[in-house]
Amino acid sequence: MSTQPKITVATAWLDGCSGCHMSFLDLDERLIELVEHVEIVYSPLVDTKELPERVDVGILEGSISSEDDLEKARLFRERCTRLVSLGDCAVTGNVPAMRNHFKLADVFDRAYRENVTLQPQIPTRDVPALLTPVKPVHGEVKVDVFVPGCPPSADAIWAVLSELIAGRTPDPNAVTRFGA
Amino acid sequence: MHLEDLAEQAAQYRNEEAHIEREVRVCVAASCQSSGSLPVLEALKSACDSRGAGSCKVKGVGCMGLCSAGPLVAVADKDCDLNESVLYRDVTPDDAPDIMAGVCGAPVERLRCPTDQPFFSRQHRIVLEHSGLIDPESLRGYIAVGGYAALIRALTEMTPADVLREVTTSGLRGRGGGGYPTGLKWSTIAKMPPGQKYVVCNADEGDPGAFMDRAVLESDPHRVLEGMAIAAYAVGASKGYVYVRAEYPLAVERLETAIRKARRAGFLGAKVADTQFAFEVEIRLGAGAFVCGEETALMASIEGLRGQPRPRPPYPAESGLWGCPTLINNVETFANIAPIIREGGDWFASIGTEGSKGTKVFALAGKIKNTGLIEVPMGTSLRDIIEVIGGGIPDGRAFKAVQTGGPSGGCIPEAHLDIPVDYDSLKTLGTIMGSGGMIVMDETSCMVDVARFFMEFCMSESCGKCIPCRAGTWQMHALLDTLTKGRGTRADLALLEDLCEVVRATSLCGLGQTAPNPVLSTLRYFRDEYEAKLLPDA
Amino acid sequence: MPLPTPQPNVRVVTLRIDDRDLSAREDETLIEVCRENRIPIPSLCHLDGLSVWGGCRLCMVEIAGQGRLVAACSTRVAEGMEVRTDTERLRHYRRTIVELLFAERNHVCSVCVSNGHCELQTLAQRCGVDHVRLPYRQVPYPVDSSHEMFRLDHNRCILCTRCVRVCDEIEGAHTWDVMNRGSDCRVITDLARPWGESETCTSCGKCVQVCPTGALVKQGTSAGEMVKDQHFLPILARRRHAR
Repeated sequence: MSTQPKITVATAWLDGCSGCHMSFLDLDERLIELVEHVEIVYSPLVDTKELPERVDVGILEGSISSEDDLEKARLFRERCTRLVSLGDCAVTGNVPAMRNHFKLADVFDRAYRENVTLQPQIPTRDVPALLTPVKPVHGEVKVDVFVPGCPPSADAIWAVLSELIAGRTPDPNAVTRFGA
Repeated sequence: MHLEDLAEQAAQYRNEEAHIEREVRVCVAASCQSSGSLPVLEALKSACDSRGAGSCKVKGVGCMGLCSAGPLVAVADKDCDLNESVLYRDVTPDDAPDIMAGVCGAPVERLRCPTDQPFFSRQHRIVLEHSGLIDPESLRGYIAVGGYAALIRALTEMTPADVLREVTTSGLRGRGGGGYPTGLKWSTIAKMPPGQKYVVCNADEGDPGAFMDRAVLESDPHRVLEGMAIAAYAVGASKGYVYVRAEYPLAVERLETAIRKARRAGFLGAKVADTQFAFEVEIRLGAGAFVCGEETALMASIEGLRGQPRPRPPYPAESGLWGCPTLINNVETFANIAPIIREGGDWFASIGTEGSKGTKVFALAGKIKNTGLIEVPMGTSLRDIIEVIGGGIPDGRAFKAVQTGGPSGGCIPEAHLDIPVDYDSLKTLGTIMGSGGMIVMDETSCMVDVARFFMEFCMSESCGKCIPCRAGTWQMHALLDTLTKGRGTRADLALLEDLCEVVRATSLCGLGQTAPNPVLSTLRYFRDEYEAKLLPDA
Repeated sequence: MPLPTPQPNVRVVTLRIDDRDLSAREDETLIEVCRENRIPIPSLCHLDGLSVWGGCRLCMVEIAGQGRLVAACSTRVAEGMEVRTDTERLRHYRRTIVELLFAERNHVCSVCVSNGHCELQTLAQRCGVDHVRLPYRQVPYPVDSSHEMFRLDHNRCILCTRCVRVCDEIEGAHTWDVMNRGSDCRVITDLARPWGESETCTSCGKCVQVCPTGALVKQGTSAGEMVKDQHFLPILARRRHAR
């Protein structure tokens, strides 16, 4: 197996809780085996600041809630051969999308005024503008593999990655589901 | 009561009006009333009175067909039909003196509407034979033109099996849209074990642009009751319901009057026409849900339940109202029965095409010159209906499509206009006969928008019971909305087609199963219009 | 449609379902025969012990010689019937129907008290729904917490009407019904008054137990804690009808 060339993997964290990345780290000792087959070229878990021009597998956690999320998702789609939606936020919109039932102004008020005791103010500089409605990743760009779960278990992530490394199309439904 | 007694009554009623030579007939059906025919009727009556009672009579009559020219007034010798009369269009109360002056003299040319035009001459009136001639509120008027003779004849000279045979021979198919053979339906119910059975008249006409049943009920309500009574006799039922929508107040009022008068005269009740046959009719008002035109939903509504369909089988013929065998036919189907009994099934079968016998009433609407109601033999070509009878497209515009069958139907383009209209040929074009609504569209109509309109209708009329219809029509409408606004992608179009397929195949009742039809048929003939609205491929 | 009452002279027919030869009483429906023989057919509205509803359309099957699909819950067996329950076409339809449900209201599994014990969620996994192709409808619905023991979250409701039927047919209270039409449909207690103010509700909790999702739940449960028990239903239903 070690004779195969490594595949390149990039991950990004859009609007989510990072739980899916945590679950990825829960691979524990399997991470050691993983690095023999994959090279993580871009991720919150590594230092690289630029997404390479070509990546074999792109993994997105989180929903598309802001202009920054949308830009990242589009860039990933452009540069990744296969795009994976990891976790319920990426697949369904999940918790971030629950704000779709409210007006954006009300959401801001709740977050930055009502629940703040010191200098309540709505940030306007150096933060990406929020979009309405919050969408799952495939609501904006084409996605190839969907891995539901909140978060998907390390075993599920392992099963999906193993299949992708082997060049096969994984069936995440066999190992995970919405809300798992 | 025997046929001779009835004939005597008819003769007597005619005799009472023997002194009348000329009639002034004012349409008092809903569409002419909406353009102000009641004041015209009043004005004509007072103008007539001021001339002194004589050989002329002013009366309100049912629909004469050319609704776009209303209020219509026809002046004719007493026994002459519409084609032989002097017809006036767009009449106002101020025209009354002129019209009265012209009754026996020269017609008022400025108001004349020629009756030798194809709109009148090309029609073949069976269902509408008395429409526009008799006073819909007068039982005597109906009897005078031979009304209830078919019922008396069936009751006194025919067995139920004879009646079934005539109806089967006639080849009449259900006029509500499905086209199910009426004789077959009747025999199924007749063959169910004796006991409580029901006859239901479906007058819940809800297709946008369709008003055939309303016009029949407003113009000649006794005819429908007569058809129902004959049906009840044939299948062994003793109770009937007319399920009519509350949005048809005039039809309801005339029907109530007709039922009251028919009961008093013994044409309904415990001993119909002094025979052992008992038949009562009750009206049930629909509260304005399109799905209640579906027979199982209609029955639920009559029973006082939420108007939503249930799976079939069991069919109403086997288990209908309160679990009893129930015959459900549409207004126009029942209106065809009396002439079939009167003239014989063979006579009826000689009209129309191989698979579709008799005539069909159509409501012409949309971008067409002669908007209104027509009755033509089955097999008349669409081109004849639209270009000849309908007078073509106004304002010099080009024809684009005709929508038949309402929200369950589809659009037919120019290339197929020469097809003869019958149940089977329309099906091959991906649409249906439906109840008879025809909406004509000209070159300015956007077909994607037409599809969106019908989907919006289905979405808001879905009862919500089954998921594909409830949620599927919502999604399809949203997709069509996106497409009409030019924001749709090729993937959206593919998704729309996929949903059409799922909703068609899995919905519980006809509403859902046919809801995709307007989309499918516009996609079939006008796909380029959809494509033109797509965003460029990414 | 009431439950079939046992008939003295009921005949037995043989039929083929997915290439298996099976026998069945002629008053049985296809879904009953399938459940009996462990042939999996998905359904959300059908429940053993309640009347046939035929609303979810997930149990549609193919019958040889019939162009139209039929719902297994409302179709009786017939001699020589050849049935297919799991073709490519049916799988596609079922998948789409489940997606339609997920897109219709708010079914965020991760924060649902029924997470892990939800029939809709299980069905999604079994039907291969790993994402919803359709746009979400994004219409918020209210939550009724006025009852001291139970809670109604319309956002989770799939309008299967199991609650309506169990309350009417088994409990005999008919507290529940459905109002409005189309996408505006909502289950209601009494005449659309808050559940806690209902004069007909006996607080028996049967509606909560038969609810396939997290729409009807016990108060005080948090994510994943609401486990439902439907075993009582067939037993109760048979005893009622044996009387």
